[in-house]
Amino acid sequence: MSDIRRKVAIVPCSGIGKPYGTVSREAAYDLCEELRPDTTELVALSRLVMGDEVARQTVATCPAIAIDGCKLMCAATMVRHSGGTVAREVAVLDVYRHHKDLKPEGIAELNPAGLQLARVLADEVTETIDALAPPLPARGGTGGGDA
Amino acid sequence: MPNVPRSKVGIVACSGEELAEGTVTRLAALRVLHELRPHETVTICLPLFLAGGENDRAFARVHPTITLDGCDLRCAARATAMHSATPAASVVVNDLVAERGLAKPAGRRRLNEAGRQAVDATAAQVALLVDELITTDTAAMPAPALEPDADTTALRGCVPRGERVAGK
Repeated sequence: MSDIRRKVAIVPCSGIGKPYGTVSREAAYDLCEELRPDTTELVALSRLVMGDEVARQTVATCPAIAIDGCKLMCAATMVRHSGGTVAREVAVLDVYRHHKDLKPEGIAELNPAGLQLARVLADEVTETIDALAPPLPARGGTGGGDA
Repeated sequence: MPNVPRSKVGIVACSGEELAEGTVTRLAALRVLHELRPHETVTICLPLFLAGGENDRAFARVHPTITLDGCDLRCAARATAMHSATPAASVVVNDLVAERGLAKPAGRRRLNEAGRQAVDATAAQVALLVDELITTDTAAMPAPALEPDADTTALRGCVPRGERVAGK
């Protein structure tokens, strides 16, 4: 049986001028590499900016979660500009406002608080991902498994 | 009269999240900005070209830019040309790694040793290109009131100059 499943496109903003952009990138990696690797697909914003057909197709067919580091909301804007649907728009600054103890510092390398802020953001987003692309039920007759 | 730099150079990195080479571009751009040529460079967010960053587009139209791309798609170079002006120079990490005989970078989130070497090589190459592009002379030109948008490095008083092709 084929395993063609709905995926959620994760689009971080790529901001390079402030730590919040790095938080968006880190949160995207948290989601796509650790928390929900089977139901997410990382989309590079630069490819959307360039109009890359594969990237455009991904956001056109998958609901997208845009993670933005500043008020200009480049990621969300680009998803819409590319014909995609933004299922959830996350602003790093909003998450930080609720977790003032996690002040991100460092752009090339985030401080521990910034890494933790990224993780908090990612954790908050998993609920949306699971609603959009439910995880596979565990396989096997014993009820075990790691799916 | 003292010689003063006529211009700043905009660095546009693709920052491609999907590939380790994209991370190399990002870290190399930041190395140039923060360590190697802090007074001569600014960074420009690539997505801002399309998402409303008129000042970024304007800056790149009148100042030289160096684009850093991770792969042959050359998103940064092409998008800069498409939405602003032809880059004065561009670096493609894949090509640079091959030319220098370096190992292929890996670890888009945390670069391996080869990736860190690629950052060193890329940043050094970009610093050289910045030096080529920056000219010092006494010609006084009015400074445009350009200021980049929210997520870019602040810049003021930069003087426009003609494009000059250097590097790849």
